[in-house]
Amino acid sequence: MKAAAFDLAVPEDISDAATLLAGEDRRAMAGGQSLGPMLNLRATRPAWIVPLTGIAALHGAEQTSDAITLGAATTHAALADGRTPDLEGGVLARIAQGIAYRAVRNRGTIGGSLCHADPAADWLTTLTALDAVVLTTTRAVPLEGFVTGAYRTLLVQGEIVRAIRIPKPATGFHWRYHKLCRKPGEFAHAMAACLATTDGIRLAIGAVGGPPLLLTGDHVSLAGAEAVLGFLDPVDRCIQLEAVSRVLPA
Amino acid sequence: MDGVQSNGEGVGRSVPRKEDDRYLRGRGLFIADIRPQGTQDLAFVRAPVAHARVTAIRKPAGFEHCVFTAADLMGVLPITAVSGLPGFKQSSQLVLANGRVRHVGEAVAVCVADTRAEAEDIAELVEVDYEEMPAVSDMLAGMAVDAPRLHEGWTDNAFLSTRVDIGEASVRTNAAIVVRRTLRTARQHMAPIEGRGLVVQWDRRLEQLVMHSSTQMPHIVRTGLAECLGLPQEAVRIIAPDVGGGFGYKGILLPEEVVAGHLAMRLGHPIRWIEDRRESLTGGANCREHHYELTAYAHADGRLIALDCEAHVDAGAYSIYPFSACLEAAQVASILPGPYDFEAYRCSTWSVATNKPPILPYRGVARAGVAYAMETMIDAIAREAGLEPHEVRLRNLIPPEAMPFDNITNKHFDSGDYPQCLRRVVDAIDVPAFRARQRQATGPVRLGLGMAIFCEQAAHGTSVYAGWGIPMVPGFEQAQARMSPDGGLELRVGIQSHGQGLETTLAQVAHSILGVPIARMRVVHGDTGVTPYSTGTWGSRCMVMAGGAVAEACTQLAHRIARIGAHLLQCSVADVVVGDGEVRGPTGSVSIETVARTFYLRPQDLPEDVDGGGLDVTAGYKPERDSGTFSYAAHACTVSVDTRSGEIKLLDYAICEDGGVLVNPMIADGQVIGGVAQGIGTALYEEMAFDAFGQPSAATLADYSIPGATEIPVLRIDHMETPSPYTRFGQKGIGEGGAIGPPAAIANAVNDALAGIGARVDRLPITAARIVTAVMAARA
Ligand SMILES: Cc1cc2nc3c(=O)[nH]c(=O)nc-3n(C[C@H](O)[C@H](O)[C@H](O)COP(=O)(O)OP(=O)(O)OC[C@H]3O[C@@H](n4cnc5c(N)ncnc54)[C@H](O)[C@@H]3O)c2cc1C
Repeated sequence: MKAAAFDLAVPEDISDAATLLAGEDRRAMAGGQSLGPMLNLRATRPAWIVPLTGIAALHGAEQTSDAITLGAATTHAALADGRTPDLEGGVLARIAQGIAYRAVRNRGTIGGSLCHADPAADWLTTLTALDAVVLTTTRAVPLEGFVTGAYRTLLVQGEIVRAIRIPKPATGFHWRYHKLCRKPGEFAHAMAACLATTDGIRLAIGAVGGPPLLLTGDHVSLAGAEAVLGFLDPVDRCIQLEAVSRVLPA
Repeated sequence: MDGVQSNGEGVGRSVPRKEDDRYLRGRGLFIADIRPQGTQDLAFVRAPVAHARVTAIRKPAGFEHCVFTAADLMGVLPITAVSGLPGFKQSSQLVLANGRVRHVGEAVAVCVADTRAEAEDIAELVEVDYEEMPAVSDMLAGMAVDAPRLHEGWTDNAFLSTRVDIGEASVRTNAAIVVRRTLRTARQHMAPIEGRGLVVQWDRRLEQLVMHSSTQMPHIVRTGLAECLGLPQEAVRIIAPDVGGGFGYKGILLPEEVVAGHLAMRLGHPIRWIEDRRESLTGGANCREHHYELTAYAHADGRLIALDCEAHVDAGAYSIYPFSACLEAAQVASILPGPYDFEAYRCSTWSVATNKPPILPYRGVARAGVAYAMETMIDAIAREAGLEPHEVRLRNLIPPEAMPFDNITNKHFDSGDYPQCLRRVVDAIDVPAFRARQRQATGPVRLGLGMAIFCEQAAHGTSVYAGWGIPMVPGFEQAQARMSPDGGLELRVGIQSHGQGLETTLAQVAHSILGVPIARMRVVHGDTGVTPYSTGTWGSRCMVMAGGAVAEACTQLAHRIARIGAHLLQCSVADVVVGDGEVRGPTGSVSIETVARTFYLRPQDLPEDVDGGGLDVTAGYKPERDSGTFSYAAHACTVSVDTRSGEIKLLDYAICEDGGVLVNPMIADGQVIGGVAQGIGTALYEEMAFDAFGQPSAATLADYSIPGATEIPVLRIDHMETPSPYTRFGQKGIGEGGAIGPPAAIANAVNDALAGIGARVDRLPITAARIVTAVMAARA
């Protein structure tokens, strides 16, 4: 199928983009790797498309002693190639390397992935475990809670994600991420990510039909996971628990 | 003068593929690359429901002139494909639905506009009223007495039911082992990388409808299209340009071809339709769906006595042209016994009409399912007998000394050493070493070994197809060998090459006879305007049939060349030899190029007895016996199965294939590898589920999972070369075998891995969820 007709409004900068996106029937486009197929399937048909990747302020990365901040338009490929700052042990690069395949990684962005809010998206689950914060044109929101349901976020019309801030865990942290998918680079049917530091432990379980489920502290265990996965059918639950068991610390 | 003389690039050589240069550089000419000036694109309005009465179609105001429905197609006939098999019930497929739709994706109306996007805009505005009817979405339920009927006047939903009962029934009482299985394979979509498509226009000068179509069988499409449009066949020309994969998906006369052909004549400008992925997935999942109830009877030592089978094939809504709705099920009954020798056989089959896209024969046709069924039973016997699976196979295979062999269903096995073929893969896998490792693996990750041995009947001819009585019965295959005045050669064949490498292998055949360098040859194919009639590319027939025809045409051409050459050399024809691009006599030689130049440009130098037909020969060919060549293969693989996550890894995969004389061993390997990739899809990935309303589960390739490079292990391929006694060079068809073996071998390996915990999966594809379900059931 071909997309329904739309017009293109190319913004000068981020505030221009926010203005262009303020009205009805407008849609931001970053890498187009999720929006493109939806346009072609006519699952969405905005009158105007506002491309974001030309905006300098959405690119680049910043690193302080306690956090890494990545521009929303940072591509999966830039992360996979180590062209951005990373957490100790190449945590972010390894996540990015497992997303789709190269052609998609070249265009797909970290911001687009979070805004699209596919329940099985890699960044959504992993960055939830890493306790990331979404920086928009108007506010800073913890990623936990940013996604309100499958393909739904807190963003309001005209609000743009500028960057993602990822806190640096204290040295010597435990990090494991595992996804089960039929083929490498496919959306997963089960996924879990676990971060354990001297400050505590966080377990995010993804690909469960909505936002990832986050467990912290004493709730982080197989039994704790089983308790929150009761809504899944027994086979899916069994497979999810296997993903969880592969990320929990020994 | 005598036969094969030159072989630098000839039969048996792994010559690089001539066609790859343009493919690898992205310079092929595929259907969507063609857009003549003034072309308008089509978008079809397709049924969103599986079974409904269409009570009204409203064209959007202002667009009446560019929307067409069945009511507008005056004089266009429906597509009918009968089978001569007794009891066959006929369906007739209107090219645009009129009053009733029978599967999701069936075309109801068509819109014409300057671009596809605009045509889709109009299609969205067409209003269709559907009055939904209960759908038949499962073939077993479809045979219930109270199931809704798809076609008026049918007593049940079976296009055809068949029954064979061979051998003495009482031998079953001798069985020490009786095993039963219920097996199911999934409905698949063939997913060629390029979908279907066409560009058609009326040629006013030739008074001919010229259609470019991405098809495997241009001549058959011409015959069928002309019939539907009421045109004489000389008024239709079909040209298949580069075709990006077929696998059977393009072995059909399409309703879209008929609609577009009609519109091109009516509107007077070129018309184009390019199928998109969504259309092909939602309306084109059309193959492989079988259900088996099997009982095998064997002696305690694993020797098979008898096999009983009830097989259902989900044939979809209509009988397609030219293969009909019942080829698949009829094949099941005749090929299930495979390469095994036993005493008694019963098989009942039903080709069930359902509210799904009409079934098409996919690479390996019924065999992928049949081999899965048969090889599952052999493993089941082995488990009961406490024997290694290969041991049981060796006790039942047709021995080489029995060849040629007519089996229990009268299939004529032309040649081969099946036990040796199996032993070679057993050795390649090193079964004892694997068993030792397997015994160690008692944790959650289990290991398994599976194998399959099967045959591939190819190039079936008149004697086989006359029996089916379908619209197409292949006879003599023809080829034209045409020399140019400077000694180059054009080979014109009615088949179509779309990945098989026939532009190379047919040139190799000609090279073996004439010695013309293959760089100086052009293989012209897929164009009814310039090639002899042919049923096209299907059934692994081209190397045998078109290869034989090219050899015949070149041999006759060589005789004509010899006569002119002998005259130029001033010697007797009996004393010359044609080969290596020249005519050699006792005292010297003259090049074929000189012979050609003489014929075309210096006729004053020709001998008195020159053949007026010149250096342009069309010749026909049929093998000495046309019941089909029997290539065969053994596949063996080892897998690991994670019983917690359901993950399956293919650890090792060994193949021994006997394709007779290999015209180009490299291309033969390529055919095996590509086929295995598709077989892995059948085994582990591909499934188009339909819900109770007949809705397909996938509209994109994110939902319909096909294997890619990362899912294909390194395949270890070994060859045997037992020549066919009946074909020109001893070659056999091998285009499909790769796709046949993997479901059987992989399913057996997975079930071998699960046997230790008492679990089993009896359904394809074997997904993670199915493994976990089986493991949970075994533990409960
Ligand atoms: C074949 C294929 C396989 C894939 N496999 C995976 C996979 O395994 N794992 C995975 O995680 N993902 C996968 N993806 C998705 C991919 O990661 C996409 O890149 C991602 O989902 C969207 O990013 P994008 O930049 O392309 O966003 P776009 O498609 O351009 O936009 C997506 C949505 O986000 C909105 N948006 C984008 N940027 C912003 C912004 N800065 N502020 C506000 N709104 C914004 C858009 O309006 C749109 O609604 C796959 C995609 C494809 C095509």
